[in-house]
Amino acid sequence: MNNMNKESNYKTTAAIQASLKKRHAAERRFQWYGRSAVLTGFIFLCILMVDIVGKGSPAFTQHFIKVDVIFDRETLGIHASATPADIAQADYSAAIKSSLRTMFPDVSTRVGKKSLYRLISVGAQYSLRDMVVENPALIGTTREIWLLAHSEAGSYLKNQVSKDSPESERKIKDIQIKWLETLREEGRTESRFNRSFFTSGDSREPEMAGIKAALYGSFYTLLVTFLLAFPIGVMAAVYLEEFAPRNRLTDLIEININNLAAVPSIVFGLLGLAVFINFFELPRSAPLVGGIVLALITLPTIIITSRAAIGAVSPSIYQAAMGVGASKLQTVVHHVLPVAMPGILTGSIIGMAQALGETAPLLMIGMVAFIMDVPSGVTDPATVLPVQIFLWADSPERGFTEKTSAAIMVLMGFLIIMNALAVFLRKRFELK
Amino acid sequence: MQGLKKMNIFAAEAKQKSVPNEETNPSHVDARLDIRHHGDVTDYQTIGSPFVDDAKMSARNVDVFYAEKQAIIDVSLDIGRNEVLAMIGPSGCGKSTFLRSLNRMNDIIPICKVSGQITLDNVNIYENDQDTVLLRARVGMVFQKPNPFPKSIYENVAYGPRIHGLAHTKAEMDEIVEHSLIRAGLFDEVKDQLDKPGTGLSGGQQQRLCIARAIAVSPEVILMDEPCSALDPIASAKIEELIDELKEKFTIAMVTHSMQQAARVSQRTAYFHLGKLIEVGDTKDIFTIPRHQLTENYITGRFG
Repeated sequence: MNNMNKESNYKTTAAIQASLKKRHAAERRFQWYGRSAVLTGFIFLCILMVDIVGKGSPAFTQHFIKVDVIFDRETLGIHASATPADIAQADYSAAIKSSLRTMFPDVSTRVGKKSLYRLISVGAQYSLRDMVVENPALIGTTREIWLLAHSEAGSYLKNQVSKDSPESERKIKDIQIKWLETLREEGRTESRFNRSFFTSGDSREPEMAGIKAALYGSFYTLLVTFLLAFPIGVMAAVYLEEFAPRNRLTDLIEININNLAAVPSIVFGLLGLAVFINFFELPRSAPLVGGIVLALITLPTIIITSRAAIGAVSPSIYQAAMGVGASKLQTVVHHVLPVAMPGILTGSIIGMAQALGETAPLLMIGMVAFIMDVPSGVTDPATVLPVQIFLWADSPERGFTEKTSAAIMVLMGFLIIMNALAVFLRKRFELK
Repeated sequence: MQGLKKMNIFAAEAKQKSVPNEETNPSHVDARLDIRHHGDVTDYQTIGSPFVDDAKMSARNVDVFYAEKQAIIDVSLDIGRNEVLAMIGPSGCGKSTFLRSLNRMNDIIPICKVSGQITLDNVNIYENDQDTVLLRARVGMVFQKPNPFPKSIYENVAYGPRIHGLAHTKAEMDEIVEHSLIRAGLFDEVKDQLDKPGTGLSGGQQQRLCIARAIAVSPEVILMDEPCSALDPIASAKIEELIDELKEKFTIAMVTHSMQQAARVSQRTAYFHLGKLIEVGDTKDIFTIPRHQLTENYITGRFG
């Protein structure tokens, strides 16, 4: 008997020892799978970031060309008795053109002149106008003024175009390259931080296009989304999780919420178009409608994550609160919600991030329009960051390529700020 | 093999929120325990003295069901004023269920049904016009596992008085908090860290904080559900001392698995078995001359 026991003990030990190597190997293998998965993800992320930052960072600078601008009364078309209104309507583009001709007197053909004028941005005349309106004493003088370069010229000055490539394959002509080189040698070109990218709206000219309008549009849209989705979502979750009876109706509601989370977002866009714009006649292209539609898309996410967070609160908290005589509502508001709040916030931020990146439904309700003006409220026509990216990515001009990447960088910055906010709020709630 | 599977299902069920694990399945308690008592549901008689003259709470013919399963069978029992009543018995015997029906804590569980009559100062607490908020303020509870709120020590104690509006000024609230902590024998240990989270205290301190929280609303009865089961002997001893002091002012009903504890702190002891109240009597009688064979088996350690 004793012997048999000993023998079986020995057998057990031997069997376990024999299998140990295999088990450890399996564990090591599994760890390596995990590591390589993380590494792969990380590499893709790095490639993406490097690509976007590499393409987008030139958009944050722009080139200026110093031109000796001749504020000639005749060229400008300003009479001695001109009113400020006349000054504002003068032909500043003609002044730039004649100044350029003076700088490069040997250009005589029409095509040559046209190429010469294309060194300077179309927008430069407006900055000249503003200068003269502010200071009419400039009229009749000649000043050295830094004018915004045309996007093609800027692109060359940023060394994005190779001089050696065949002329037919690039938009900038050999003769323009020669002029730009001359200007560069004379110290008449300068790279500056592109402030207008953050202070102006969209434009047909890449060098003048900015994201301020889209940024504000996104902000107003998300504001509407948050104000609608967060309270409604959290209250629905609290009611369904804590107060609603468990019966067929609530089961049906739960199934529907889960299904809604999986509905393609463009369907919500159609709904927004049909219900909010066509039936309720809310303004088209407005952050208000966009916000409502995005709130509908975000609601299931917020409800599901909030319910999970509330459901995860330990029953001992309920018992403790009930035990001292708290009512159900007091239990939920004073104890359950504060404990569940980090989870609810995480879910809401995920929902908001999803809403921030949403494009398709907004196309349906007309937020894809070309908007130059910064919206001043939720009913003004607006576009949002992802739609702006979509629009720019669609544009053929080379200057928009870098703007696209730069806008993606801004969008990601927006996302990082939102996530940081979520982490901050979570920490605050957890400390209490 | 099949039995194992079944156990797993039970374990899974027990994990579900707010369903107490043992009481729901009295049937899986070892059948051997029921050696002497095979009787029908109705034909058993509680031995001893379940009734007292000056009862604070009294239960009459109480049955408790979890869905189809009957967890408490026809229990009648009085809890005397300013006495400590200990309830003992093997796991799954229904003592916790009975305790929780005394302040309608079972209401949280949707499948739980209580019938019979339970009175507090001669008023049936299961009447429709009885508000559980008021009832639970009058009948406080301390749980098996210390469960302080994830808030500061001060807030833990102040919460009850605050929601019931017992203090009108900050000074009054401070007074209540300090007084409750002193009564719970915790004040000296925590007086410098009242703003620290209650969850940061040791297990024994947490349980005393929970007692302080319970007495802060000045209840008339305190129910304790195995208050020392998660504590070491030193912390348990402190709680026992505390219970002994608290009975001067409160009526206490406690469930315990420790027979020494029951013998030390209680005046009367009730022995439950498979949902039935087998024997009640003065603690010293129960532990010295038990009259029912099951009681004797249990207290002599033949099982349980």
